[in-house]
Amino acid sequence: MEEKFEPKIVAFVCNWCTYTGADLAGTSRLKQQPNARLIRVPCTGRIDPVFILKAFESGADGVLVSGCHPGDCHYNAGNFHARRRWIMFRELAEFTGIDSSRLHFSWVSASEGKKWVDVIDGVTETVRQKGPFDQYRKMARNIELPIMEEEGVEI
Amino acid sequence: MDQLRSVCRQAISENKAAFIIGYTEDKHHHLKPFIAHNVEETEKLTFNCNAVNNLAVFIHRFHNPSQGKIGIVLKPCDLKAINALVQENRVKREDLYVIGVNCSGVVKDQNKEFSKENTQIKCRSCASKTPAWFDVVVGESAEFELPEDDMAILMKQIDEMTPEQRLEFWNAEFEKCLKCYACREVCPMCYCEQCIADKTEPRWIESSSTTRANFTWNMIRAFHQAGRCIGCGECDRVCPADIPLSLLNRKMGMVAFKEFGYRHGTDMNAPTLIGTFSTSDHEEFIR
Repeated sequence: MEEKFEPKIVAFVCNWCTYTGADLAGTSRLKQQPNARLIRVPCTGRIDPVFILKAFESGADGVLVSGCHPGDCHYNAGNFHARRRWIMFRELAEFTGIDSSRLHFSWVSASEGKKWVDVIDGVTETVRQKGPFDQYRKMARNIELPIMEEEGVEI
Repeated sequence: MDQLRSVCRQAISENKAAFIIGYTEDKHHHLKPFIAHNVEETEKLTFNCNAVNNLAVFIHRFHNPSQGKIGIVLKPCDLKAINALVQENRVKREDLYVIGVNCSGVVKDQNKEFSKENTQIKCRSCASKTPAWFDVVVGESAEFELPEDDMAILMKQIDEMTPEQRLEFWNAEFEKCLKCYACREVCPMCYCEQCIADKTEPRWIESSSTTRANFTWNMIRAFHQAGRCIGCGECDRVCPADIPLSLLNRKMGMVAFKEFGYRHGTDMNAPTLIGTFSTSDHEEFIR
């Protein structure tokens, strides 16, 4: 029997808003898709695009980046800096073939447990429809080393 | 280029510059970067359509304000790199003695004569044949016919692809990458003391040369140039695998202009793009 595809979602969440929001969703016993692996960072401003690529490298089918609403940042301006970076990175990712159905962004505050559930369900559903990101994983092919024995060289 | 030599001689003898970064001719009549430290050495300096290198990259290697000013020979396109470096506080305008040259395009292949086909890709979309500012300017610029900009054509083709096709296209390109980091070494905007690709704890970018690791490296390189690349096309020129690297940079530049009306390297007093933000940046893509 064929196994149903379950997408792996990596979610980078900020400590002050989204992580607490997700915690609220848990303590409120709201039902949500179990596909997301949360990675807590101090602030969305800490999220370097290399994290996102690293997540895809490590086998993620989709990535979600989430933090405080603009103006709510614990460090005042972290999410504004992040937003500008996302605008640029999103276009770069799109141009190189990581389309917007695999890379998601959201603002979820500490009180928005319900919104977190909606976001995570929405993202999971979109990525599930898109299917596994095999095309990216295939890139990690092993380099074929030349066979030394044929030339009579002892290894 | 007697005019250039006399200007350089004067600059050193009158102490306007401690040394001059310029071009010299080798035995194959190719031009290569050259540093003239004294009046005698300025005789070796020259400039013609073979002057492909962007000399702004040497500023980081030789910048020492206590030594005196750096004299540097710059084409109009390379001058943008200086604007950008001043913007990013890498060098002070006062520490430079800029010898601008009026440019009539540079060749792609130094073994062949200058012709419509034999021009650098950057020249194909270039509108500035005279430097925007300088301490002294030499040479004459001549009009030349511009061939078609094949990078713009390629960009259009990629824009029309599906995401899967794009990934496939870039896979095929990055598969060729050797990770020689020539693109980084030659780039005037790549000046980090320690590059993220060289960091080992944690190792963000795999050092092996698999397609996936190459993809990460080239993506990060392009992103670190986002809104910073001045479009000198040196990465394209030095790439031994002929990957159209400047395509990614050009795309980022277009996004910076489209979203923020920003062009790097045009105004040395402007704040940088990524270093600043606006509360009204658009966010319709954020849930």
